[in-house]
Amino acid sequence: MFAFIIRRLGTMVLTMLCLTMVVFFMVNLEPNLKKLAISQLDMRSPADQIESWLVKNGYRQNFFVRYGQWIGVVKKQPNIDATGKAIPRFSFCNEPTEPYYGGVLEGDFGCSTKFKTKVANKLFPALGATGILMFWVMVTMVPIALLIGILAGMREGTRTDRTLSVASIATTATPEYVSGIIFTVIFASWLGWLNGSAATATAQGITFYNFTLPVMTMAIYGIGYIARMTRASMVEVMTQQYIRTARLKGLSFSSVVIKHALRNALIAPFTVIMLQFPWLLTGVVIVEVMFRYQGFGYTLVEAAGNNDIDLLLGCSLVSVFVVLFTQLISDLGYAYLNPRIRVQ
Amino acid sequence: MGTMEFLSATQIVLAVLARFWPVWVAMAIVLGASFWFKKKLGLYGQLFDSGVGIAGVVICFFWLFTAIFANRVAPFDPLGQIPVMKDALPGAIDANSGLAYLFGGDKLARDVFSRMIYGSRIVLAIAPLATGFALMVGITLGLPAGYYGGKIDSFLSFLANLVLAFPVILLFYLLVTPGIMDTPIPFAMAGLFFLFPIIFFCTLFYTRFKNRPERLYLLLGLTLLFGGWVYIGLVFNADPFGIVKMDPNELNIFVAVVFASSPGVFRIVRGLVMDIKTRDYVAAAQTRGESPWYIMLWEILPNARGPLIVDACLRIGYTTILLGTLGYFGLGLAPESPDWGTAIKDASRLLRSFIHPALPPTIALMTFVLGLNLLADALREQSMKD
Repeated sequence: MFAFIIRRLGTMVLTMLCLTMVVFFMVNLEPNLKKLAISQLDMRSPADQIESWLVKNGYRQNFFVRYGQWIGVVKKQPNIDATGKAIPRFSFCNEPTEPYYGGVLEGDFGCSTKFKTKVANKLFPALGATGILMFWVMVTMVPIALLIGILAGMREGTRTDRTLSVASIATTATPEYVSGIIFTVIFASWLGWLNGSAATATAQGITFYNFTLPVMTMAIYGIGYIARMTRASMVEVMTQQYIRTARLKGLSFSSVVIKHALRNALIAPFTVIMLQFPWLLTGVVIVEVMFRYQGFGYTLVEAAGNNDIDLLLGCSLVSVFVVLFTQLISDLGYAYLNPRIRVQ
Repeated sequence: MGTMEFLSATQIVLAVLARFWPVWVAMAIVLGASFWFKKKLGLYGQLFDSGVGIAGVVICFFWLFTAIFANRVAPFDPLGQIPVMKDALPGAIDANSGLAYLFGGDKLARDVFSRMIYGSRIVLAIAPLATGFALMVGITLGLPAGYYGGKIDSFLSFLANLVLAFPVILLFYLLVTPGIMDTPIPFAMAGLFFLFPIIFFCTLFYTRFKNRPERLYLLLGLTLLFGGWVYIGLVFNADPFGIVKMDPNELNIFVAVVFASSPGVFRIVRGLVMDIKTRDYVAAAQTRGESPWYIMLWEILPNARGPLIVDACLRIGYTTILLGTLGYFGLGLAPESPDWGTAIKDASRLLRSFIHPALPPTIALMTFVLGLNLLADALREQSMKD
């Protein structure tokens, strides 16, 4: 077990290294660097000015040197101004004027060129905001999905089963940008019950009025998928011998379902719920942009749109970590819940 | 500017139904024939035994024929603007042509109905084709990974997990930006991905017919000729006949979508192969001395077709959703493109003032994906019965 976790963590680190390298390569492509320089100077800067800005801020150093600097195994160099004096690269980040190790390994995520602050100051509050959103999504999505799945799978082939199955297929066919619009039209434009924007949630706090639509929009896409997995698992469990034995023993149907079937039927959905996180990440981006909620997804889009290199790398590191970590949890949890599986 | 004439709600419904007449005719012919011959049509015929299956087939055919007959169904040019009709409400009649903007006009005074119809063309051209390529890549790599196991498997699985660990949206932001068109990356990736179908079919025919040269040379020649022609047309945009061509923007999207969805196919194929290779008929083939690739392509793959067909249906739906996501973030496709995702993006910005431009593309996307999901569900039910 211990060796398994160590090996998985090793693969995780290797994967993160490879992926950040790919992202680093992509954001440092020539057109992207130009885009960055233009966004930092102004639209009509001549080519030589762009070039000198890139050279001055160290964007023309060797690729591996810069990647090493970002990781924190190569020293970051300060800029040298016209008089030969060392000045910080980005003054708004309080970077020191002497060479220093300032990479991810030292806990320094770098400097956001778009928001003019340290990446950590932007990224972690945004993650907190998204964490709140995710929490409410999970709180609504998981119980509803499990309930639908159990009700549908409890008696396979009945009218309830077919109705709920078609309903869950319908929700998996409704991506966030579709359901978001339909819900906004119904609940905000037409009925006026809810606010079609969550922009106020950041400043004035979360209320039922401004937060229901984003949560609802995100939850609905996941519900169908989890419900279908729960249904399949429930159907399988209900055909087992021990369920028949319990029924023949004279136990009521509801007590068989609750005491005997439920525990075993919930093992598979647990894995599915954990593996939902990568999907939720895409959903977060869409929903946060649609409802103007200042969270992780919104930050990611801003970073990508402006080719904010350090912020984008920070975002990808976080999202890759979330994906891999939930995968690990799902494997360990599965082995824990199902004694027939042993990790090795 | 005089007062604008409007159709009533009933008239709009009737006019929309009338516009779709080529679709109704084609559907009546195809569905009638399918129903008549359903006993002889195998798995496809069995779909007509369940309500879910019929609903799935009907919806998918509806969008297929809409895409085919788009120029007959749509009354207006999807990019054409009639300034008077800016933000016109549904049913507004254009005084010059006497035709109505059935679902109203958008903020650039284009006909929402016609744009939805033409949008189906873009979606139905890219989604199934990209899924097909993803299947080819996933199958060609998943077969050896599952069959041989060991180092090949570890390496390919690591690569697949690498791509799967990437959040899709970040991948698209990196791969589908206008800047990347200046680099050779999309073309190199297209060159790699489009090679897989050619490799696949060459291996397929070689393993089967290697002892019958006359048949083999013919099939290999045809594959290389046709495959090479399409390859040159798509990757280098240099088809000598000018028939096969793809807009660089579309190529970029296409490549990104194939890249994002082939690891999923890889995982499924690998799992299926690992299960099937323990069967007796595989052992029999191994004893006969068949080559590994013959066993993979002609013994294992046909027996994995059930789950793969179901997965392909779901995946086309998922690809449609991905295309919509790309459009929604304004990545890749031209800003005036009538595809559903772009239309949803444009309309969602103005949702506070006008609702009508948002609903047709959202409902179109939803119904198409729903149709595919229902189809997949019915196929799964049917293949479980066997």
